[in-house]
Amino acid sequence: MPDNGTGESFLERIVAATPGGEALVDCLQCGTCGGSCPSAADMDTTPRGLFAMISAGMEDEVLSSNTPWYCVSCYYCMVRCPQEIPITSIMYTLKRIALARGHYHKDAHVDWSKSFISFVEQNGRAFELGAMTLFGLHNPFAIVKQGGLGIQMITKGRMPPIPERIHNMPQLNAILAEAKRIAAEEEV
Amino acid sequence: MSQSKDQYGLYPGCSLGATARAYMQSTEAVSKVLGLTLKEIEDWNCCGASEYVSVNSVAAYSLIARNLSLAAQEGLTDVVAPCNMCYLNLHKVDGYMSKYPKVNRQVNQALAAGGLYYNADSVHVRHLLDVVVEDIGCEAIAEKVTRPLKGLRVAPYYGCLLTRPESRYNAEYPTHLDELLQALGATVVDFPLKTQCCGGHMTQISEQTAYEMIRRILHGAAENEADAIVTICPMCQLNLDAFQPQVNHMFKTNFRLPILYFTQTMGLAFGLSNKELGIGSEITSAKAALRKIGQEEPEQPKPKKKRDKKALPMPPLS
Repeated sequence: MPDNGTGESFLERIVAATPGGEALVDCLQCGTCGGSCPSAADMDTTPRGLFAMISAGMEDEVLSSNTPWYCVSCYYCMVRCPQEIPITSIMYTLKRIALARGHYHKDAHVDWSKSFISFVEQNGRAFELGAMTLFGLHNPFAIVKQGGLGIQMITKGRMPPIPERIHNMPQLNAILAEAKRIAAEEEV
Repeated sequence: MSQSKDQYGLYPGCSLGATARAYMQSTEAVSKVLGLTLKEIEDWNCCGASEYVSVNSVAAYSLIARNLSLAAQEGLTDVVAPCNMCYLNLHKVDGYMSKYPKVNRQVNQALAAGGLYYNADSVHVRHLLDVVVEDIGCEAIAEKVTRPLKGLRVAPYYGCLLTRPESRYNAEYPTHLDELLQALGATVVDFPLKTQCCGGHMTQISEQTAYEMIRRILHGAAENEADAIVTICPMCQLNLDAFQPQVNHMFKTNFRLPILYFTQTMGLAFGLSNKELGIGSEITSAKAALRKIGQEEPEQPKPKKKRDKKALPMPPLS
């Protein structure tokens, strides 16, 4: 099912964008992944189900599934998979494709990832207080619920009020700009 | 046991300057005792945690590879990361660049825009626990113990990313932290959940998911009558410690398990002070556990308040 003008199917696209992704075609549908997953109970489809849907070319259904967004990146499925499919890495790939298409589940934590990354791109270092505040602008409820903890963290000296910044920001900017250009050109 | 190196590169990661400052303080303090020289990589940057790779993989790999390139430039052949996430990211990208020519080409092309290059496999990425147990060794550590953690029951918690997806240790039931804690004189309790996930960033995304995962781990340690959980990762420490009150609130439980970094337990056994080890910055107090090893003053009974005879006739509150 060609979809992006390159003649690539959805499955091929996922394989190409995932290091070691070619093992995906070897899925036995054994279900070890879902059985090992600590957050499977909150997923609408287990990874096994998702892989069957990918093989069947059900692109819309796969991209709108909440499964990749509930992956906690613990790698249990990956070390237990008898076919050595890089399942966790495939979850990351699915998130990237869904984001690039602007087609993702309502539970996707796009705001959190973007808030976190914006500070890394600005300073070269993460800035938790900033990321939480920025995230809170989109999710005021989070501030109400976690604000008290934030204050405790600040008084314990565990949440510095000012971000740290690396010295050579021009170098990091140049590297990231080039990386993004490559990613856009090669669709990864 | 291999030989300890003269110098290791240190990739502290962002958490060690913020939520995990106590991990940094205790790492520095025990390194002095052990004669471990950690040289911070000049101008290192964030590893992107699990967020950047969800958005742009080439940018995420390049962000990480800048650190590897800077370390190699400084001649640091062994780079130590105390954080599981940083360890995984650095280790993973080095492996990807070595194994997948496409990743290697893309990342080096991006690095070149900043005047850098990285030759895959030229830096050996290690977790701090691995260096402590393998290069220094439990025997040498036991020799430095001046105040054994006798009677302290600890649950060794490895979390995910040190043993998975790739590691020299057993992915499901590693034992090297257990051995280290035994060398410190502590009683290591059975802890089947030692490599279960703490929920990672889910505390920000879906509380129900995250708090249930945290609850399981606290429950597992409490069932085995642990006085404390010992961790090797800033994210695990943050989730189990700072969110413990919220978990108690959600599940109507009453867990009071302090979450200590393994470097803090080492420092305690080496006779260092709470202050040197950053102890006291936990959200869930460690005082009860520390009292068991004589590190805290015994609890004084609170003086009873005298009743004010002029006050209104209300029953006393406590």
